[in-house]
Amino acid sequence: MSILVNSETRVLVQGITGKEGQFHARQCIEYGTRVVAGVTPGKGGQFMDSVPVFDTVRSARQQTGANASMILVPPPFAAEAILEAADAGIELIVCITEGIPVLDMLRVKNYLGQTPSRLIGPNCPGIITPGECKIGIMPGAIHKPGGPVGVVSRSGTLTYEVVHQLTKVGLGQTTCIGIGGDPVNGTGFIDCLERFNADPKTEAVVMVGEIGGNAEEKASAWIKENMKKPVVGFIAGLTAPPGRRMGHAGAIVSGGQGTAAAKITAMEESGLYVCKDLGSLGRLCKEAFS
Amino acid sequence: MKIHEYQAKELFRKYSVPVPEGSVCETVAEVVELAGTMGFPVAVKAQIHAGGRGKGGGVKVARSAEEVETAAGAILGMQLVTKQTGPEGRLVRKVLVEKGVRIKKELYLSIIPNRETASITIIASQDGGMDIEEVAEKSPERIIKVSVNPLVGIQGFHLRQVCFGLELDPALMKSVSAVLRNLYRLFVDYDCSLVEINPLIITEDNAIIALDAKMDIDSNSLFRHPDVVAMHDPFEDDPAEAEAAKFNLNYIKLDGNVGNMVNGAGLAMATMDIIKQAGASPANFLDVGGGANAEMVENGFRIILADPNVKGILINIFGGILRCDVLAQGVVQAAQHVNLSVPVVVRMEGTNVDEGRRILAESGMKLINATDLADAASKVAEIVA
Repeated sequence: MSILVNSETRVLVQGITGKEGQFHARQCIEYGTRVVAGVTPGKGGQFMDSVPVFDTVRSARQQTGANASMILVPPPFAAEAILEAADAGIELIVCITEGIPVLDMLRVKNYLGQTPSRLIGPNCPGIITPGECKIGIMPGAIHKPGGPVGVVSRSGTLTYEVVHQLTKVGLGQTTCIGIGGDPVNGTGFIDCLERFNADPKTEAVVMVGEIGGNAEEKASAWIKENMKKPVVGFIAGLTAPPGRRMGHAGAIVSGGQGTAAAKITAMEESGLYVCKDLGSLGRLCKEAFS
Repeated sequence: MKIHEYQAKELFRKYSVPVPEGSVCETVAEVVELAGTMGFPVAVKAQIHAGGRGKGGGVKVARSAEEVETAAGAILGMQLVTKQTGPEGRLVRKVLVEKGVRIKKELYLSIIPNRETASITIIASQDGGMDIEEVAEKSPERIIKVSVNPLVGIQGFHLRQVCFGLELDPALMKSVSAVLRNLYRLFVDYDCSLVEINPLIITEDNAIIALDAKMDIDSNSLFRHPDVVAMHDPFEDDPAEAEAAKFNLNYIKLDGNVGNMVNGAGLAMATMDIIKQAGASPANFLDVGGGANAEMVENGFRIILADPNVKGILINIFGGILRCDVLAQGVVQAAQHVNLSVPVVVRMEGTNVDEGRRILAESGMKLINATDLADAASKVAEIVA
């Protein structure tokens, strides 16, 4: 079992003929993902390798039965790409693009609330169920299929570090989700935790947060009330100076809010195993989950 | 991206948000001449991208030609230190000179994007002219927050919530509502991450005027705002950070002595943390990003080494899109072009890691290899100890 994506997931790639789109579509296919269509307006009828390209998401969905989309289009067009996917009834939309204006995302988020579509991202590495389906830009080879650990993270390469350490200590993963480093995103920590909680194959969860906002605090409170499985938490940004945006648009400590210390306290008070030293995360998980 | 008060006020005028009569000046003579034509009193306000200007001596009121000359002379060219500039302060190159107004009441008004509720939130208070974070802490009941769904936009009831919440004189509600509606339009049109008026004043003759203006514009939206790009003031940039930005590197200078270069913002923050935990202190945040190439890595080295405090460098790369062999080539190329005067610890993992390690081993460079993150941090801490 896994959450959100598996070997049945039929993926289309918006922006498949661009440099990034082409590269990552190929990587996903190589990993075993069922990439059934690509969309690039004006290039309908062409093929990217053996993947048919369509002009619109709607036609791609109608003709291929795609139910998930990976978006790799430049920031000025990314919000519209999400809206197009939702409008066409795509169930799972994974937006990798970094740099979408916040006001665009506010509108997108409110629109998505009126549709059954789920968004992961933007500004994220994507989602992977190891051995079955990779929708994103993460290196597939570091993952170990079969569980028992679910991973949910706000970061990209930091997630790879975490997954790599899990694999090294022999802990496989059910599903790993990067929810993205932007202040306004689609799927949040709690959505993922709920699903991991309900997934019989997931026995434990690693939650990776960073400074800014209060998503980790809310997730911790939810875990305290509802989570039946052990959770290891990590927060990046203990040494980040206040008022400075640390790369990710969402990673900023402002007005005393969103500090790493406050998040760690919230996690500790909610009964999470808090990893304070990233170098030892794999070992800590091995102990906590055994 | 921040813009100056005088630039924000130009946009306010365009959107019919009333501001005091005035103009920006760069010399004392200009200030004296302008003040003479406007009449006294006038306010002379330093134009830098930092709050707390008044307390630092960057805002003065002048009641005569002599006073305005003294005030302008004191402010123009001063190194203004506020709580937001750091101890070195900021050189004042421009002042905004404005005609004085008679204040009856000071209000606070701002608009921000709200990440929790995916809405646009208006914040208002009767306690204008004060530090709003302090007001929020001491008397939260005096802060009004009204959230607007961005798909629907600002409605009459939003305006009424603000106006009644501020306990305004009914005679003023129409003009305050107009200001708020226009300000909301400006916020949306310009993709703001903050518009703040503190204070928004009611004058003795019941006019509403934005005495101050602060605007912060979402950098991600600049592709559709060429007029904002043209407002950019390079003198407000940190030189090292601006240099890094030219090469698409995300660099923030800190005050430690361990330089570090990492791919990905989250991993970069975690690497800084682990340096600290090993007993040393990070000299910077540097995210080379997912698509880094050899040239970017070389420039990253140059920027890190330009900081005289740096006594050692830690490179931590988790190869995903950025392959380890590309990173290794960048490191070797950089070593040929820049004088690597300090020890470098390299920790690489991920895509093409074996090829990357081979390139570094065969380069003949004196690099210190780390097996994992914990090892890397302790090795670099040892070097700078």
